[in-house]
Amino acid sequence: MSDTWESLDGSACLHSPPKFSVMSLSVSTHNDSPQQPAGDHSVGQGAPSIKEMLYGWVVQWGSAVVAGISVVGDIAMFAWEMLKWMFTRLPQRGTLLINFYQIGVLSLPVVALTGTFIGMVLAVQSYYQFHAIGLESHLGVVINTSLVRELGPVLAATMLAGRVGSAMAAVLGTMRVTEQIDALTTMGADPIHYLVVPRFLACILLIPALTIMADFMGIVGGYFYCVIVLDIDHASYLSHSRDGVVGFDLFSGIFKSCFFGAMIAVVSCYQGFHCKPGAEGVGKAATAAFVYSFVMILAIDLFLNIILDKFYALIYPSGINLL
Amino acid sequence: MTSASVRIETPPTLIKVTNLDVIFNGQSVLNDINLSIATGQTVAVIGESGCGKTVFMKSLVGLIPPTRGSVHFKQDDLAHLSASELSDVRRRFGFVFQNAALFDSMSVFDNVAFPMRQSTDENEEQIRQRVYAHVREVGLPETVMSKRPSELSGGMRKRIGLARAIILEPELVVYDEPTTGLDPIMSDVINELMLEVRRRYPVTSVIVTHDMRTAKKVADRVLMFYPFSRRKDGESQILYDGSPAGLDDADDKRVQQFVRGEAGERITELAN
Repeated sequence: MSDTWESLDGSACLHSPPKFSVMSLSVSTHNDSPQQPAGDHSVGQGAPSIKEMLYGWVVQWGSAVVAGISVVGDIAMFAWEMLKWMFTRLPQRGTLLINFYQIGVLSLPVVALTGTFIGMVLAVQSYYQFHAIGLESHLGVVINTSLVRELGPVLAATMLAGRVGSAMAAVLGTMRVTEQIDALTTMGADPIHYLVVPRFLACILLIPALTIMADFMGIVGGYFYCVIVLDIDHASYLSHSRDGVVGFDLFSGIFKSCFFGAMIAVVSCYQGFHCKPGAEGVGKAATAAFVYSFVMILAIDLFLNIILDKFYALIYPSGINLL
Repeated sequence: MTSASVRIETPPTLIKVTNLDVIFNGQSVLNDINLSIATGQTVAVIGESGCGKTVFMKSLVGLIPPTRGSVHFKQDDLAHLSASELSDVRRRFGFVFQNAALFDSMSVFDNVAFPMRQSTDENEEQIRQRVYAHVREVGLPETVMSKRPSELSGGMRKRIGLARAIILEPELVVYDEPTTGLDPIMSDVINELMLEVRRRYPVTSVIVTHDMRTAKKVADRVLMFYPFSRRKDGESQILYDGSPAGLDDADDKRVQQFVRGEAGERITELAN
């Protein structure tokens, strides 16, 4: 039965067209038609003129820009639909708990491990510079501040995107390809309410906990390497560490992580819902979920850091004396 | 004299399709489809791959919105219902998917119970009784209840899909190629189950199939669709609309060709 869809629209979803694909469909039609005049070269009428080449170039780039804007619009509509469901009817407790377990609890070990290693790596990388100027007892300030403000949230989000985001895209993509999403719809259940809202809630509510875990384990890893391996004085390491990190650092890390979690859930679920047919389609959706999530994590991180730094400057006009 | 006193009551129309067009990427899949399906009827939709059977079937349940025209379920125009109204209407449909579309993450029991948990307020004990009754009805033992769909054979999955589709006793059951991929015996089991469902419940059925045995055995009306791109100008996409018995004597050469399963000139067409 899938023949019809594949032959009609190899680029679109296999079964029922996704709810938010109207714009993308119109774009792909748009892509085809303007190339007809430029297609004149293919019939062997000699080299294209500069005007034709320019036309082709504008059409190609224009199509890419329109397609990009369409995808952003589709994602926004997808997110809006999800938010509407979230504020009208929450998912059943059982559905939520399964997602909380799979997304939050099962991610803890990998996030803890990554946090520990990154704390130790920071210690290794910074030690020689600090040792050269005789400030190795201040290593904790650098390690802990970097971790709490930046590396903890970004690493936790990256691990979540890798472990959970691509899995979400693969699961939802498989459900799309095997008509399980259509089956939900025919049984009167809204797939966004049933499949996306619990995943979104699990990501946004549990990523702060994962971030705290990454921060904590990173601090422990840094302490272990500095005090046990490099034999830096325990008391002065802790004392300087305490002076360097302020409450706002912890807050800014956790605040940013909520945005990361929300974005990972939306992007990954969108990729799954709009998965193309076949095993290749599912694989591509899973890869795209991670790649787009990772790029977006860094972009959001930059944007939020610029804003948070303004607040930081307001709260601490003279800055924090790290040394 | 007596004939004047006999009133033949025609069953009310359950589904009315009016001027239905479905277009994807500028390509017409369904064009100007007009038909009515009466309550209690069993309609088989046949036709070669790519003729729009599946699109038609999905349009019937509101999974694909029409580009033009309308699909009415009783009085409701599906394209003009809000999302929640459409969800309510869909609870009166049962849908048996080609590959069953059972939820991988759930056991057989939870799959069959899903529509009840989703749409009714019945307690777990009532749900359990109904689920067990329906699974027995499709000829499967209780031992399958705890299994995952991946542990079942194709025939068992289809039967569980059927049990799930009829558990809410819907008014309309849509079957998407119910016997595809099954051996002849299991195909006949599914045919018998479809007949059994029809006997037990006051249900209207639409069966999309390539299997002429299913069409002839189960249906009391057959529609044959023809691909829009290959039909003659001004011709309807529905080449045949009549009883299964009349299929063998159909005037149209293309209907006869399909019923007999002969490639004919399609071999050269495909080669070109």
